[in-house]
Amino acid sequence: MADPIAIAARRPVLAPHASGAARAALSAAGPAARLSLRAKPDAVGALSAALGLDLPTAPKHAARNGARHALWLGPDEWLVIDEDEADLMAALSSAGALHSAVDVSHRNAGILVTGAEAATVINSGCPLDLSLTAFPVGACARTVLSKSEVVVYRTAEDAFRVECWRSFAPYVLAVLAEAAAEA
Amino acid sequence: MTGANRIAGAGRLTPAKTARFRFDGRGFTALAGDTVASALLANGIHLMGRSFKYHRPRGVVSAGPEEPNALINVSRDTARSQPNVRATVQEVFDGMTVGSQNRYPSLAFDLGGINDTLSPFFAAGFYYKTFMWPKQAWASIYEPRIREAAGLGVSPKEEDPDHYACRYAHCDVLVIGGGAAGLAAAKAAAATGATVILADEQPEVGGALHFDTGAEIDGQNGYAWAQATAASLKAMDNVTLLTRTTAFGYYAQNFVAMAERVTDHIDRPQANAPRERLWQVRAKRVVIATGSIERHMVFADNDRPGILLASAARTYLNHFGVTVGRKVGVYTAHDSAYEAAFDLKRAGVEIAAIVDSRLRPGDGLFEKARSLGIEVFTDHAVIATSGRLRVASMTVVPNGGGSKRKIAVDALITSSGWTPSVHMFSQSRGKVAYDAATGRFLPGHYVQDCVSVGTCNGTDDLQAILEEATAAGAKLAAEAGHAEGAAPVPAGRNAIAWTGGMAGAAYGAGPDDSVKAFVDFQNDVCAKDIRLAVREGMHSIEHIKRFTTNGMATDQGKLSNLHGLAIAAEALGRGIPEVGLTTFRAPYTPVTFGTLIGHARGDIFDPTRKTPMHAVEEANGAAFEDVGQWKRAWYYARPGEDMHAAVNRECRTVRTTAGYFNASTLGKIEVVGPDAAAFLNLIYTNSWDTLKPGRCRYGIMLREDGFVYDDGVVGRIAEDRFHVTTTTGGAPRVMHHMEDYLQTEFPHLNVWLTSTTEQWAVIAVQGPKAREIIAPLVEGADLSNEALPHMSVVEAKVCGVPARLFRVSFTGELGYEINVPADYGAAVWEAVAKAAEPFGACPYGTETMHVLRAEKGYIIVGQDTDGTLTPDDAGVAWAVGKKKPDFVGIRGLKRPDLVREGRKQLVGLLTKDPKEVLEEGAQIVADPNQPKPMIMLGHVTSSYWSENCGRSIAMAVVAGGRAKVGQTLYVPMPDRTIAVEVTDTVFFDKEGGRIHG
Repeated sequence: MADPIAIAARRPVLAPHASGAARAALSAAGPAARLSLRAKPDAVGALSAALGLDLPTAPKHAARNGARHALWLGPDEWLVIDEDEADLMAALSSAGALHSAVDVSHRNAGILVTGAEAATVINSGCPLDLSLTAFPVGACARTVLSKSEVVVYRTAEDAFRVECWRSFAPYVLAVLAEAAAEA
Repeated sequence: MTGANRIAGAGRLTPAKTARFRFDGRGFTALAGDTVASALLANGIHLMGRSFKYHRPRGVVSAGPEEPNALINVSRDTARSQPNVRATVQEVFDGMTVGSQNRYPSLAFDLGGINDTLSPFFAAGFYYKTFMWPKQAWASIYEPRIREAAGLGVSPKEEDPDHYACRYAHCDVLVIGGGAAGLAAAKAAAATGATVILADEQPEVGGALHFDTGAEIDGQNGYAWAQATAASLKAMDNVTLLTRTTAFGYYAQNFVAMAERVTDHIDRPQANAPRERLWQVRAKRVVIATGSIERHMVFADNDRPGILLASAARTYLNHFGVTVGRKVGVYTAHDSAYEAAFDLKRAGVEIAAIVDSRLRPGDGLFEKARSLGIEVFTDHAVIATSGRLRVASMTVVPNGGGSKRKIAVDALITSSGWTPSVHMFSQSRGKVAYDAATGRFLPGHYVQDCVSVGTCNGTDDLQAILEEATAAGAKLAAEAGHAEGAAPVPAGRNAIAWTGGMAGAAYGAGPDDSVKAFVDFQNDVCAKDIRLAVREGMHSIEHIKRFTTNGMATDQGKLSNLHGLAIAAEALGRGIPEVGLTTFRAPYTPVTFGTLIGHARGDIFDPTRKTPMHAVEEANGAAFEDVGQWKRAWYYARPGEDMHAAVNRECRTVRTTAGYFNASTLGKIEVVGPDAAAFLNLIYTNSWDTLKPGRCRYGIMLREDGFVYDDGVVGRIAEDRFHVTTTTGGAPRVMHHMEDYLQTEFPHLNVWLTSTTEQWAVIAVQGPKAREIIAPLVEGADLSNEALPHMSVVEAKVCGVPARLFRVSFTGELGYEINVPADYGAAVWEAVAKAAEPFGACPYGTETMHVLRAEKGYIIVGQDTDGTLTPDDAGVAWAVGKKKPDFVGIRGLKRPDLVREGRKQLVGLLTKDPKEVLEEGAQIVADPNQPKPMIMLGHVTSSYWSENCGRSIAMAVVAGGRAKVGQTLYVPMPDRTIAVEVTDTVFFDKEGGRIHG
């Protein structure tokens, strides 16, 4: 056998990035484990137990346990994000309830938008009502930002996580950066 | 000095701050807050443009967005130059350059003025009749000449260096218009805690209070009350107050588009500030408080510079401190013009006379005029004016005729009444109703959740306006869920209420006279043109409008529509409501393309999707082609190579050693669930039950009509998990197609679909040496033919990262497709490149991929098929399960036309001359000597030079094609006819042994 195989290095689509002013700052989220989780209502209990959080069942709601987040995207669909890159597929493998779990850790990229004008910046391309009454902390939605599909997730009053597909990330970041520059 | 016509002590501008600008090369000084119009008027300049058709000298008519005449070109530099700006809206900034339009060589002497002399030849409908013959001349002569002659303004040639912003917003109550009504409504709504957005198009709120100095609210001057109210609203967290913001479009479900002019008034804007911002507001409730617009009088030669609206004269005096003349005539059919005359008189301006077409004005006005020493002619008309570049006199006669009296004037202000601005209401799909008592159209039937208040609603008295608006603000806030808190009704008092007045031509302008009494200034439409349209047989107001172009200019007939309608109604002998209004359309005022485009330009016009390996490919010299939004490596030219040479080398290398290819853009869908195979059975034409985990199969997907929709290789990862691939371009629509059927037709199946296109980076390694190249990189998989034969898949590690390793081929060679999580794609690509180097293998692009697959006769859906081919037509009938009871498209396939003889079938074509490469899309005929139009048998779908075959190859769809194999057909080209032989579609390795390694 020849030399041991060199382990391929990971190259995220967005380099560690920070831009914008304090009123609207942008940065690339670090690597995270992500699952697209699909299941019918009768499986929610078992899957929640396996994941260690209560999968939300109401629109626009997310659940959080430490570094793990479950975002409601549809009546049978969640985006599960683990910022500590835990093995989510393994966590669900013995859930004992019918479901579909597909690893999408590399499919998505995350962009963090923070600051007093964070919502305004996102609203430059996203038609959702992001006021605190309509979109409180913990709210999430799959929506659009200009010409890209995104998932918007409010993590604090002045902080959002915007998730999009990998190849759209430079575009989404550029749109947000232009809005942040004029915020 | 900022102009001889500034009146000391008048107006609200301060001489403390000035701005310099140039108009047609001449320097002027303006006061901060001046519009171009007010600054020019301060210098005695009325002449600001030439009319569109007759090139008549024109002056400013209004003091607001309804301006039809004073359209100017405003520039900061050559690139920042905007035509057709209304001088009455554009604020002066220091250093601006203003140019007049539609004149040559100068505004005062314009050669195009000949059109005015020739005007008898340019009657309404002239275009439709004169340029009918000869037919060809329209496109080649008439239209270009007319466009050149009639063009209004010149667009800058440079790219627009400014940037434009956009914002979506939501609120409980949107208030359109910041006059007394809008402010009172906003105040009442905001007091409840409701979120309120108030938009006003002017630099400051106030609306009519700008000029109506007789109005008092809560004991204050109306304008001062408006500014104080705006300040208190601005201080509230729940209120967004936007000035210089025009609501221009009202769409379904209270969705209102607004254009905010952010920096057009600033001499040195901050670099990051957008020029304009598009607001798209979704409001629970909308208050329409858009006020009303004064109409001019329609009489002979009413378009001379110096003739303008009474309210405009009042605005210039009371807000800007500028008088429009020193000897001002008044021609009116409405009381409000008297207030203008009184204000001017009190400011020391001579009022030559007030000519009132009515028998008597409102209570006390006649006496008040007398007491100020102003002569009033009631029941009189102005039947002529004089003055070439500025009005010099008006000729007055009693209505019905009598002795003429010529009165010298240097300005003439007119008013025939007020038109409620129902544009926004009408755009909301509300239906207007005609109020005969006041002769105006008012909001009638509402369709959306909005309320009109103030003069746009026909409410004239200021106290009534404030009551109505306050009540509406509170009511709409309550409907939006905020019932707490109430604002007191302000107490208001105004001198004159803005009632309807009269519409149509005045005495002396018809019905039998053919004088030029302008109805629509911007499009040069006179009263006689409208009468002509009726005589020509136009009976619908929509036809009259298009025949005359009345109301079709950029001002959309804000002054002219009601006059035009009244004249048409009179000519038709019908009532105004029976003739009816034309439709109000967005935008209310012109909106720049930049505002509508917003961020969507340059690099972020559209997402550019790049694969994880893009940067590495770029460094390797790849040329890229666009495939949808994707950038795909097209070919990798080495120094000295052109595309042709590079592709030939790549093609040769793959078949002699190996090549590697970035296939990351292929669509991928993970199909998971116990019924996954059952679902695929329904979606694809072939059978999936029998496919074992670890094996792959090529699948064809049809639409309901039986035509090929997409194709791809599907690998079974586990009993309940499939890895589906689609074409690059088909990925999103295939996902939707599958999801659509799953949700609507097959909801009983326990299966879910997840797009994984971007989860995986895909590297295809193809060629005789493929196995040897990847072997050192793979762990946990046996790559032998026995363990991993053609059309199989295994989960393994490649370069130490989890991978799905497919043994598949789109080249006909021994091949693998390495799928690794996307972030690892670039590093694994580099490792493959390094491993490939000792073998002389090379990267190849999409062009080589296309050639290699064509050599093997593999179809590309969308290139060799066009949505009208069945699997049999495309030569892939073998992929249709004959025994399957059901799949999407099974019924379509049985339609008579889809099974008839003679359908177009995919075949191969070999040119008789092996060097000749056919053009894709070229038509095919049996007999090149037949008369035209020839019977076309089909067309070329794919055509390449094949280095491996040493000749050109092509695929084509040909009627009854498979039965014609061996026959000679012809491809007629413009300069020659190419003879081709029909063949099967496999040109290389017909036995197909190479794929099995």
